[in-house]
Amino acid sequence: MRFLSSRRRHPAAKVALLLFALFVLGGLYNVVAPAERVSADNGYSQQQVDEGRKLFAVGCASCHGLNGEGQTTETIQGPSLIGVGAAAVDFQVSTGRMPMSRPGEQAPVKPNRYSDEEIAALAAYVASLGPGPAIPTETEYNPENLSEEDLARGGELFRTNCSACHNFQGAGGALPDGRYAPSLIGLDSKRLYLAMLTGPQQMPVFSDEVLTPEDKRVIIGYLNELHERPQDGGLALGGIGPVSEGLWAWIVGMGLLVLFAVWITAKGAKAK
Amino acid sequence: MSEEDRDTGASPLLASHDHHGPELTDHDPAHYPVPDPGHPEHLPRLTDVDPKAADRATRQVAFFFGMVPLFAIGFAVVYFAVPGDWFFDFGPLRANARNLGLGVTFGLSLLFIGIGAVQWARTLMSDEEMVDLRHGATSKPEDQQWMLTELDKTVEESKLTRRKIIGRTLLAALGFVFVPMLVGLADLGPWPTKKKRAETIEKTLWAEGVRLVNDVTFAPIKADDIEIGQLVNGEPENLQDLHGAEFQIEKAKAAIVVVRMDPNTIQIPASREDWQVGGILCYSKICTHVGCPISLWEQQTHHLLCPCHQSTFDLGNSGVVIFGPAARSLPQLPITTDAEGYLVARSDFTVPVGPSYFERDSRQDFEEGDN
Repeated sequence: MRFLSSRRRHPAAKVALLLFALFVLGGLYNVVAPAERVSADNGYSQQQVDEGRKLFAVGCASCHGLNGEGQTTETIQGPSLIGVGAAAVDFQVSTGRMPMSRPGEQAPVKPNRYSDEEIAALAAYVASLGPGPAIPTETEYNPENLSEEDLARGGELFRTNCSACHNFQGAGGALPDGRYAPSLIGLDSKRLYLAMLTGPQQMPVFSDEVLTPEDKRVIIGYLNELHERPQDGGLALGGIGPVSEGLWAWIVGMGLLVLFAVWITAKGAKAK
Repeated sequence: MSEEDRDTGASPLLASHDHHGPELTDHDPAHYPVPDPGHPEHLPRLTDVDPKAADRATRQVAFFFGMVPLFAIGFAVVYFAVPGDWFFDFGPLRANARNLGLGVTFGLSLLFIGIGAVQWARTLMSDEEMVDLRHGATSKPEDQQWMLTELDKTVEESKLTRRKIIGRTLLAALGFVFVPMLVGLADLGPWPTKKKRAETIEKTLWAEGVRLVNDVTFAPIKADDIEIGQLVNGEPENLQDLHGAEFQIEKAKAAIVVVRMDPNTIQIPASREDWQVGGILCYSKICTHVGCPISLWEQQTHHLLCPCHQSTFDLGNSGVVIFGPAARSLPQLPITTDAEGYLVARSDFTVPVGPSYFERDSRQDFEEGDN
């Protein structure tokens, strides 16, 4: 202590004290301040981000802007990608929806031209633009080991939140102006999870805080269970009940009856 | 028109036809430029003249009828022999083998009875062509006269004209027979007086301070957790306290959708400035047309579409109707946050939710251009 007290009037003491105080404050802030939901350090390397920026400039920037800021002109409607997160990139690019081949009401699914590494690089770049939902891990979306009670709850959640657009069995449905809710039959679990998490295009977002990862997992489990169930009796046509049966009755049943009626009244072979 | 037709001239239908000027004939070139070709000449069938053809037809009919027992026995075989877990796969179609077998065998056995009968009639039964004449629907005048006389005679014989008390008590009896049925109507529900309406269909579970919770999971909703473009299907927290029919009735009335939109892209009228929390708006989930639950929301256009009749509401503009048969805008629920940041209602809905009814006052509903 003598060492300190004897030098308290040293010209460097003020500077040293100031530096010390700053270090203490900074250290305290680091400990106390809340961690960001998705920090800039999200598991992607700087190299991936750089590669992603190059890919972005080629494939995405014409609509979404050179820095992903988005642009809205008469012909181009590219929303801002700041804060959409890696999850949105993974969903849109791996399903071939993005890049769009031309502007339209809805981006259709088409063959994906990007490799997994390229998608990861694009995701790294977009994730670096601002915090957003990260790509879920397999334990989050893998719907294995669900009890029957879980599946029933998944069904309830599905009918409450999803069936309005995607039909009771996830067969999809029409929206205004040529848009549509795609069919969910046969889709892999990750894709279903990403769609709920990011709310692509017209679909609302179902964030993890409100529809928890466990809720999403039981919904996926319910859909898998539903679509693996044998459909005795032929085409279910989305499981819309009497309507699909009516369609069969009208087209096949009535058609046969008409043909039969024609045969009954047709004149047979005559003697002359 | 043939000779036989004119014989039924007593019918008023045909009589009135006569008033409209001279009858048109087939030979009137002004009305019938193409002459009536008449019926084609009647030709005998092959089976009428050729015994060999007739024998062949007989064998066909016998074959069709003969198939019926085969398929009927086939039905019994399928019933006992095919296990219930066998399946046929035809591409996307997958059918239970037993169900398919039972349907096919029984259906074909019925079908072959029909085919045999039709073939029999077409080839072997007598082949005469004949004309079946149409007549007017009214009875002949003499028949009508006879009917009236009979009626008069019956009234006379029943002594109703002299002993009037019988007729009156009979009328009363027939009238009172309906009383039990009318009493049954009382179970249709309470009489919709103003007071009754105010405590049933014009009231929901929402009240000041009631938390908004997720439907199904009943997890409360934090304002911070809702992202732009998010939709939550919600219910009031106090719904969990109810059970049975009461639960269903209140759930149906109180259902809501909570959406968050960028506040800069939507119109919020001055009177509803404090009904929302940073672009989080809450609306009734029940369509104002016939009451379907609606949550088909497009996050980019802010349009909420009813799947039943395509009524479309603009949630970015206080829920006004922009398309479809709904006549009233979607009721908005005023919300705010509580001390812990959860979304809570500020009051009940300001207008009755759901479809219209006769007594409903529509003056309070939001209309495009209101403030």
